[in-house]
Formats: sequence, structure tokens, C-alpha cells
Amino acid sequence: MTSRLTTPVYEEMPEDISDRIDQGELLEIALGPHHPSTHGVFRMDVVLDGERVVKLKPVFGYLHRNHEKIAESASYLASMPYTDRLDYICSLSNNWAYALAVEKLAGLQVPERAEYIRVITAELTRLVNHSATIGFLTQEMGASGTPLMYAFREREKILDLFESLTGSRMMCNYMRFGGCRVELPSGWLEQTKKIVEEFPRFLDEYERLLTGNEIFMARSQGVGVLKKNLAINAGITGPMLRASGVNYDIRKVDKYGIYDRFDFKIPLGEHGDVYDRYMIRMLEMRESLKILNQALRDIPAGPIMDPKAKIRGFRPKPGESYGRIESPKGELGFFLISDGSPNPYRYRVRPPSLINLTVLEDMCRGYSVPDTIVIFGTVDIVLGEVDR
Amino acid sequence: MLGEGILKGLAETARNFLGSYVSKDRLTTVQFPEERLPQAEAARNFPFLVYDGSDWQAGLRCVACQICEKECPPKCIFIEKSKDKKPDYMGKPQFYPAVFNIDVSVCMSCQICVEVCPFDAIEMDNAFELSTCDRFGGLLWPKSQLAKSNDYFHQIHPTAASEVDERLAEAKTKADAKTKPLAGAASSTSPQPESASTT
Repeated sequence: MTSRLTTPVYEEMPEDISDRIDQGELLEIALGPHHPSTHGVFRMDVVLDGERVVKLKPVFGYLHRNHEKIAESASYLASMPYTDRLDYICSLSNNWAYALAVEKLAGLQVPERAEYIRVITAELTRLVNHSATIGFLTQEMGASGTPLMYAFREREKILDLFESLTGSRMMCNYMRFGGCRVELPSGWLEQTKKIVEEFPRFLDEYERLLTGNEIFMARSQGVGVLKKNLAINAGITGPMLRASGVNYDIRKVDKYGIYDRFDFKIPLGEHGDVYDRYMIRMLEMRESLKILNQALRDIPAGPIMDPKAKIRGFRPKPGESYGRIESPKGELGFFLISDGSPNPYRYRVRPPSLINLTVLEDMCRGYSVPDTIVIFGTVDIVLGEVDR
Repeated sequence: MLGEGILKGLAETARNFLGSYVSKDRLTTVQFPEERLPQAEAARNFPFLVYDGSDWQAGLRCVACQICEKECPPKCIFIEKSKDKKPDYMGKPQFYPAVFNIDVSVCMSCQICVEVCPFDAIEMDNAFELSTCDRFGGLLWPKSQLAKSNDYFHQIHPTAASEVDERLAEAKTKADAKTKPLAGAASSTSPQPESASTT
């Protein structure tokens, strides 16, 4: 309905860029390093032509913690709490990806109840992540505070559930190789059901607040378009890929865990712009609620740990494995090589945030500086995962 | 109409603002520290050492097997094994930690020490107001500061504490049943931890 004034000036990178910087025609500045509304410490070195971005170089590594090498000198179990700290907004799905890789390596079977608990916690994590992302996105558009606080109000309810289950709001450290660490506390499922029932009210409220808002639409429609081909070629995964119209969701492709039992749809975008990436996340939350309703209805009684699983002296057979899941941000994978010792020989994380960040320049080129911040917000990264 | 969406959004904000005066659901903030929310039972924050009875030095369950020291991901536990032995809760002679320090500035409250402990000697606390002016000595907790009674454990994690008590009582009755026929050969039946060496 509203027409965009912004049209990309630079479809391709101009070649004579260094001369024009020397002549003072283009301006080279550093955006950051700062904490752009809780994504982490990140710097964008941009070359500007007036207000338009000509070139953008993401600079990161401020949060590097040597995760992979530490994991190679620690036991398999000792890496589990460190995976919480990769993408610190969704620690439970990180746990699942790592547990999946180790279970493949050691040949452990996860009991049915534990699988259901994993699905429930992972989908709750998706709600947490998407509501936080959309909250941050509005903050980056300049809607200072209010929508972010509405999103965080709902997020907090789910974090309370995580605390009563795992003992910690964000650093859950809950899943173990072959199951889950503790049984659900009494009344937890009822509490979860109540929150899942009330959650659509928040989504409706949020949609009334934002989806039809003219300012929001003017800032987001047609901005930061990610073309389908580029998204596939760059290895983009998660909501960003689906917003560009590619039907790829590892929950449907791999059917890991018990995802083949649930009836849910994969929302797809058409334009691949900021607005589509926002809408995809709203729709994904509604699909997550569908999965949650089914899982909460069907969860069976039974054990939550594989009896073969050992907590002390865990040494998987030599071999290698790759476990991947559809984390809220995209494909999160762990590649492990075991040489039969208590610690992995090689430990590698395939972080969705880092790989989704690679197309930032292509999306931002030609747009203004405030648009760049918004486009960056919809990539949905956490620097803990980018830098590791 | 242009601006309709904005008006709708403002109506939503107004509903939340006015609703916060009547509905508890819309006003979620709590005036800490005057007002406090109850902590979840599972809440965890830094480990402590459990002792039975009233004397913390005699009642420590820890036998200095050093598994937690090896398994701790950030390596924040430091244990020095004693030279002599003293009787544990089952009456068997066991080593005890001559030094047991936890550097809480390094600890990340992951609970792995609790899971790997074969003696249920270390458990998670839930105290969180722990600020100190001394960031080195004040955050390196010796065993005198870490030792807390089993009653305290029951107070903060009632379900987990009763499970642990049951498990220990069961182990004790088993050990008693074994040792009675061949009195004196107690040391051979003491629970030996599986090897958990990290290279």
C-alpha cells in the first residue's frame, strides 16, 4: 500500500571504490563495535555514499571463547554446558543438537518420553527466540521499548517454566546423551498447557500492534531483499531461507527425534524482504504452538534416560557423526570425531548465525544506514554463536 | 486509510497501560528487593558440600575422590586429599578433603559436579545475593564456607534431598547386611567410583 522511496542504487559492487574514498566522495565509517540491542558485540565497517551503503564488511570475533578447542580437551559431558553459551537465547535446542550428535556416535536410544520432552522444550525455545527477535527488531526500527517489553513479558513466562524444569532460566544444560537430566516437576505440564493456550493472545496483540502498522510496513516492505538463488548458494538456513521462498526445514527433511508424528506446516515467504522475515517468525510461532499442543496431549509416561547411557567414564566407539537440528535460527549442526578416548578428537559447530551473516552485505548494499540496522536485526544472530 | 494501523497499535498500548492498573497479568514487574518472588525449587546457583549431623568437619560426605575436580568443565574445583582416613556416615574409614576450594568467579553453575558425584556429597545451592568487595579471596570459597547441613539441603530442594536420603539409607542397609556376616572386611565393599579420567 505504501510506496517505497528507497530503491537500491548499487545492485553490484562498484569497482573504483578506493579512488572515490581517497577523493572524499565516499565515506568509510565503523558502525560499532557495540551491543546493538543484545545481539552481541559486532562491528560493521561500511563505505557510504551519502546515506547509502556501498560496501559493508562484518567484523566479529569480540566474543571468541575457543569453544571448539576447549571441547576437544574436555570430556563429552563437560561440553554440554558450553553449548548453552553458543546461542544463549535458545540453550535447549543447542543441547539437543549436541546430544543428537553424541547419540549417533555412541548408538544410544532416546526413550519416547524424553523425545517428547525434547520437542516440547525445543518448541518453547523457538517461541522464546522468535518473540525476542521480533522485539529486538522493533527496537532497531526505533519503536523504543514498548513492543520489546511486550515480547519479553511473554518470554519471561516461558523462562520461568525453564527455571522450574532445569534450574536455570537461560543456561539450561538439560539434555543428556540418551535422554534428559531430570523428570518433569509435578504440575509442569499443566503450567505449560496454560501458557501455550494463552500464547495466541499475545500473538494477536502483537499483530494488531505491528502487522498493519504503516510505519512498520514502510520500514520493512521491499527492504533488504534476499533473492532465492543467493540464499540457496550462500547456504542460508532457517527463517531467512524460508522467507525467500525456499521450502527447507530440517524438522521436515530429517524428521529427527519424533517430528514425523506432528502435524504442522512450514510457512514460506515470497519476497524475501524484512517484512517477510518478520511474518515468517510470527507464523512459525503459531505452528510451534500447534506442535506443542499435540506433544502436550500425547506425552507418554516412562523412563527419560537410556539405561545404557553412562554419566561417568563415557567413551564412544571410534567413528564420526554429524547431528543437526532446525534451531530457531537455522541449521545447527555438531560434527564429532571420536578416537575412543573420553574426549572428542574433533569437535566442530556449524552455527546458523555465522553462515546467515555472510549475505549481510548483499542485502544491505544500496540501502540507507537505518535500513542496515533493521536488515541486520532480521538476520537474527547471536554473537555467542558467531564467534564461539 | 493511512494511519489506521498506527491508531490500532496505539489502542493496544493504551489497553495495556490501563489494564496494568487492574490486571496482575499485565503488570509483571516486582519491586525487588522489598518484594520477592518465590524461587523455583530446581533453581541452582553454585555448589555446596553437604554434611550430616551437627559437626561440619566430622559429617562431610565428601571422600576426596576428585571426580568432580576432573569433570568440572571450567575447572573451578581444587581438592587436596587427606593423608589419613576417618569414618564416614557408614562407619567405614575413608579419605576426606584436606582442602576443598571452589572458585565461584569461575564456576558456571552447570551442576555437572552434582551429577558425577557417586557419594551425593555436593549439591546445588540457590543463594544469589553473593556480592563481595574482595574479588580474589572473597570469591575463592574454602570448605568451611562451602559446608552446609543436610537440613539446609532439605530446606532448599526438598524433593531432591529426600531422594538422596533414600538412596543413601538404601546403600547403608545394603552395606550393613553385607558386613554383618564378615565383620571387619568393610573396606572391600566401599562404593568405588568408576574411572572417569580425562586425558
